[in-house]
Amino acid sequence: MGADEEILQEFLVEGRENLDRLERELVGFERDGATEESIGAIFRTVHTVKGTAGFFGFERLQSLAHVAETLLAKIRDGELPLTTDIVSAQLAVVDACRLMFDWVEQTGTDGDDDHLALKARLEVLASAGPTSVEPPVHVAAPALDPMLADAERVETTIRVDVHLLDKLMDLAGELVLARNQLLKLAATNRDSNLVVSTQRLDLITSELQDQVMKTRMQPIGSVWNKLPRVVRDLSGELGKQVRLELDGKETGLDRSVLEAIKDPLTHIIRNAIDHGIETPDVRLASGKPAEGLLRLRAIHEGGHVLVEIADDGAGIDPERVLAKALERNIITLERAAKLTIEEAQALVFAPGFSTAETVTNISGRGVGMDVVKTNIERIGGAVQIESAPGSGTTIRLKIPLTLAIIPALIVSAAGERYALPQSGVLELVRLDPANGRKVERIDNTPVYRLRDELLPLVYLPQLLGIGGATGTTVVVLQNEGRPFGLVVDTAQDTEEIVVKPIGKRLRDIVGYAGATILGDGKVALILDVRGIATLAGLSSTKRRDVDERRDDIIGGERYVIASVGGDRRVAISLDSVVRLEQFAAADIERASGREVLQYRDRLLPLIRLGDALGAMPAPPTDPVHVIVYTCEERNLGLVVDGIVDVIDALAALSTIDAQAGVMGSAVLGGKVTDVVDVTAIAVMAGYASGAM
Amino acid sequence: MTEQVCSFELAGMTFGVAAVEVQEILRAQPITRVPLADAATAGLMNLRGQIVTTIDLRARLGLPRRAPDACHLNVVIRSSEGVFSLLVDSIGDVVSLDREAFDFVPENVPAHFRDLIAGAYKLPDRLLFVLVVDRVVSHSNGESS
Repeated sequence: MGADEEILQEFLVEGRENLDRLERELVGFERDGATEESIGAIFRTVHTVKGTAGFFGFERLQSLAHVAETLLAKIRDGELPLTTDIVSAQLAVVDACRLMFDWVEQTGTDGDDDHLALKARLEVLASAGPTSVEPPVHVAAPALDPMLADAERVETTIRVDVHLLDKLMDLAGELVLARNQLLKLAATNRDSNLVVSTQRLDLITSELQDQVMKTRMQPIGSVWNKLPRVVRDLSGELGKQVRLELDGKETGLDRSVLEAIKDPLTHIIRNAIDHGIETPDVRLASGKPAEGLLRLRAIHEGGHVLVEIADDGAGIDPERVLAKALERNIITLERAAKLTIEEAQALVFAPGFSTAETVTNISGRGVGMDVVKTNIERIGGAVQIESAPGSGTTIRLKIPLTLAIIPALIVSAAGERYALPQSGVLELVRLDPANGRKVERIDNTPVYRLRDELLPLVYLPQLLGIGGATGTTVVVLQNEGRPFGLVVDTAQDTEEIVVKPIGKRLRDIVGYAGATILGDGKVALILDVRGIATLAGLSSTKRRDVDERRDDIIGGERYVIASVGGDRRVAISLDSVVRLEQFAAADIERASGREVLQYRDRLLPLIRLGDALGAMPAPPTDPVHVIVYTCEERNLGLVVDGIVDVIDALAALSTIDAQAGVMGSAVLGGKVTDVVDVTAIAVMAGYASGAM
Repeated sequence: MTEQVCSFELAGMTFGVAAVEVQEILRAQPITRVPLADAATAGLMNLRGQIVTTIDLRARLGLPRRAPDACHLNVVIRSSEGVFSLLVDSIGDVVSLDREAFDFVPENVPAHFRDLIAGAYKLPDRLLFVLVVDRVVSHSNGESS
């Protein structure tokens, strides 16, 4: 049974490859026109599928392939012209065969669908042409050709189980580590023979690792092969004409990387055809050829592969992107005004962005380019967009060659070492309180002022529950495009590490991406930047909420800056403020146990802002500073220690664990300031319902 | 009918795992702890390039903690979930045990203990509890730290 299974597996693998080739050739037909040679090749491929299906007794598969073959024979013999209809029907045969292959794999039979309609369609197409010509007499001859072709191929390539390659890759990684240990030992040894042998081992190991990595490399063409069909179907559906050019098909990438870029790549292509390339009439009207051009290029560059997807379509209109982004509350008006054209175009990568005027089933579901960006960044790559309105868009992907070995920063916290993938690290900052590089706190939440932006800080030992809020080095990390600082004891070197899984038992713990073995043979956990952000409560859902509120507050407003509880600075939007007043402390009276003032012939309820915000009690002042503001059509007075300033607010608001009554914090006038939510304060004091 | 069992000691009790499931026995190894993991996870160790999860059997079985400086050994076992290492106090012999002497654990033994045990061999002077390796390494009733 085992041998039969093996033969069947081989049949499936080869069959699928044949179908892939068939699909490519069919699409190629349409583009480049058919030559006698290419039709011969396609005929032989179908014939092979038919033959092997017959050998295994898959009658449905065989019968369908037979009908398809009959039609192809007529084209080969010049009895019929090759039409789009015929290509479409043959592509449908490819799809049907794929389905049957899936059946074979799962059930061992070729299913229960006879594909009668498809066969009928093929037969109609086959009978359409002149019927006078004799059936071809040399049908049997081509059957030998694929065997010959196979025989040539077999000599240089063999099929190897991917798991075997993975295992080899693991072992090569281990060899590298063992070599590193040996190198350290040899460095302290005087035996010249040992040193020489170690150096030789060093070279051989590096070479071996390189070569083993290459065995896992596959040409990017293996992913691109699917694209001609995608482009053909899509452009047909949308009534567009698109020519696909592929350049650098042979560029090799690790198979795990290829797998990871497959979907993003398809998505970009779909987008380019759906939104980029115009319909033929629009193109002609703007002086372009009716047929659009979509060009893919892949090249090696440094330890990376650059993949460029360029179209000559309408390009990205920055104005339209901006309008959409504002409409969806992705950015504020303030920021929008300051964006360059490139920055505006890059907004298409923002979460929740989709410019499709009409939602098509091809793209425009709102989960577009941001997913592409996230997926590429997850594997340590980068995405860049460049677009000239009217003449086209180019998207560049920078992709690492492999995921198995990554550069990582080794940090230590509470006596343990951890690896941080370099792709998430923006910069390192050394805390130095003596020189002003110190941690500030917003209601116990640590922040660091990095070039006037508030950087939320997370203490790694505290987060992992292995220590307190200690550390002198801030690793500035990027999660979903937003920076945060991870405080560790020390940051050591950047090393190339071999990523290993940490097993089922621990896989569910948020915060680790895997583990690795360091040069000294000890295991270190690899931190997952996204997981760390989630653990620290810096997740995106919370922030989006803040963004909306930020839109509310920062729209070119002015703020009153006041002090409470000694040195705490608070800001109150001038919008709701009626007046800033001073009263003698003796004027304050009590009504129903609450402090009030007679103000403009009415009683003005007073709220001591310092108390409401839980600030340190400060000595009472005389006169008393009161900010009179309106809330739900009544006047209220906020008692503060002093009025500091009235300023224009331009700084961004950040909410890190904002307490009740505070919208968030911002650097205003060069200092960390809490922005007070005056409505919430009134609600807390029982003077307003908050139901607005 | 007999069964080959590799025996070891934990907090004065005798446990065992089927000898076929044991890959090797190692002296105490450097272990990297895994913060945020459940209490039974002692950490990760490097077993000739393979990263192996180490389970503190005392914690897993709810037995009193080992003194920090007390010596211990690793019993490396193969489960259906891969290779794991179990921390034990000391190692005993591989013994051939007669199935006649085997009995199931009574219902009134606490579940967290009983769930991990196939049963007990009634030896002349003591009981030998046979662990179900797959359940010991699983995280199903994992008590979080």
